[in-house]
Amino acid sequence: MKSVGVVTPQRASFDVPIALSGGATLPAFDLVYETYGELNAEGSNAVLVCHALSGSHHVAGVYADQPNNVGWWDNLVGPGKPLDTNRFFVVGVNNLGGCYGSTGPMSTNPATGKPYGADFPVVTVEDWVAVQARLADRLGIACWAAVLGGSVGGMQALEWTLQYPDRVRHALVIASTPKLTAQNIAFNEVARQAILGDPDFHGGHYYERDTVPVRGLRLARMVGHITYLSDSQMAEKFGRELKNGRLSYGYDTDFQIESYLRYQGDKFTAYFDANTYLITTKALDYFDPARDYGGDLQSALARAKASFFVASFSTDWRFSPERSREIVYALMHNGRDVSYAEIDCSAGHDSFLLDDAHYHSVVGAYFDRIET
Amino acid sequence: MTEIFGRFDFDVIAHWIVPGERVLDLGCGDGSLLKFLKVEKGIRGYGVDNDPDNVLAALRNGVNVLQFDLEKGLAGVDDDAFDHVIMSLSLQTVRHTVPLVKEMLRVGHEAVVSFPNFGHRSHREAIARGRMPVSESLPYQWYDSPNVRFFTIADFEALCAENGIEVREGLFFDEGRAVTEDPNLNADVALYRLGRG
Repeated sequence: MKSVGVVTPQRASFDVPIALSGGATLPAFDLVYETYGELNAEGSNAVLVCHALSGSHHVAGVYADQPNNVGWWDNLVGPGKPLDTNRFFVVGVNNLGGCYGSTGPMSTNPATGKPYGADFPVVTVEDWVAVQARLADRLGIACWAAVLGGSVGGMQALEWTLQYPDRVRHALVIASTPKLTAQNIAFNEVARQAILGDPDFHGGHYYERDTVPVRGLRLARMVGHITYLSDSQMAEKFGRELKNGRLSYGYDTDFQIESYLRYQGDKFTAYFDANTYLITTKALDYFDPARDYGGDLQSALARAKASFFVASFSTDWRFSPERSREIVYALMHNGRDVSYAEIDCSAGHDSFLLDDAHYHSVVGAYFDRIET
Repeated sequence: MTEIFGRFDFDVIAHWIVPGERVLDLGCGDGSLLKFLKVEKGIRGYGVDNDPDNVLAALRNGVNVLQFDLEKGLAGVDDDAFDHVIMSLSLQTVRHTVPLVKEMLRVGHEAVVSFPNFGHRSHREAIARGRMPVSESLPYQWYDSPNVRFFTIADFEALCAENGIEVREGLFFDEGRAVTEDPNLNADVALYRLGRG
């Protein structure tokens, strides 16, 4: 299948202050984004792709100087692909507080001349969507044909329909949830404690000390990664296979799964920032559109006007199918157009990133219905 | 499975639907009935099917489709959410018949069900010859049938009576032609309008 090919990230600077959910105000901020395809004359074919915890604006294609740096959702987005860039103008944006170029903890705090570090305010899904709307204004997009996201990206798609009901026609909410469970928050808290307790964290001001809380971030990723996979897939992929064919009777890696988790943890620390990880887990924990409605999701979604496509994966225990069904039932209660697919896939939460034929067929079939 | 009967049952069902109604179609298959009712009656609604290929086909047909397992009920759906809840030629494919019909009448003001009549003359003759019936209305071999419940028109009416389900109207057909005389023997398909007793 063809790719969008070589792409170039762009930067948009905003100097109108933004008031954040937690009470802080950012005087100015930058967003880094990429686009694929052409915006039509009516501006009616734009699709926003929202990223999950470790994702970025680099949704599809490659960079000229990094031909192996393929966008994280390249299997779904491109010419002739389920989200077809021959029909749609697709926008990927690095969220506020991120570590891929948008303003975040690594950026310089204008008040001190030093990196924000832990002084960067905690941002929420609502804040991300509010700044995405500024980018939409800048790009001349009055109304998205669709907003699409998986996991915490799906939360952003849902939030778009609540915060800007007249600015999104379709929302595709995949492998997501209307709120985290206590168990979800518990895993996030373990990850945060790993980072906060790393002696190299220095209260979040590690940039200026030229250290990185590698051990904490690595452990956070290892814990997180367990929740992205299913028990059955781990059993199938690793089982009790030994790394060196024998037990060490020590604390080296005996089993392949240990080796795999360490590898995933190490890989992650090479490109991700610990402060961004902390912020993002908090954004996840806080998301709960029903909170202002006494926990009633039906009332919370009453203001949505979009049509919805909701999908979950059979072995996803992080955001299980039950969580997606809650969204579907609340939308039905409000008489919204909604379709729901529960995809049989062994790969757990991470299934949403895989190139599964049926999954891509249903997403493609839904996008084919969206008028441009 | 609606495709094996053509459109006559669609017309009957459409006749029972008031324009603009809220409709839930259980076992919606490729969504063609829902699409038909959308075009003919301007209904708003959802199809429910648990088969991935049917979900894809219904998405391509432009209708709202929800991949739910009907055996698990419709607990998340509000009481009285729909004007009509339809089950077209699918009732014989679910195991928990009574709970499901009661669920239909909880979430809908009225239920519409159609099913193949196991008591049809040709089926009785097949049994008399010692073989399970295979016909236009029951097109499967016993070993590969998606049907899990086999019942006659008389059985269904007895079930409704025993469970306080009101039969408001029944229409019977044989190869698409209306049957009035002894439908339990002469009809291969029955369609009913049901209400809370």
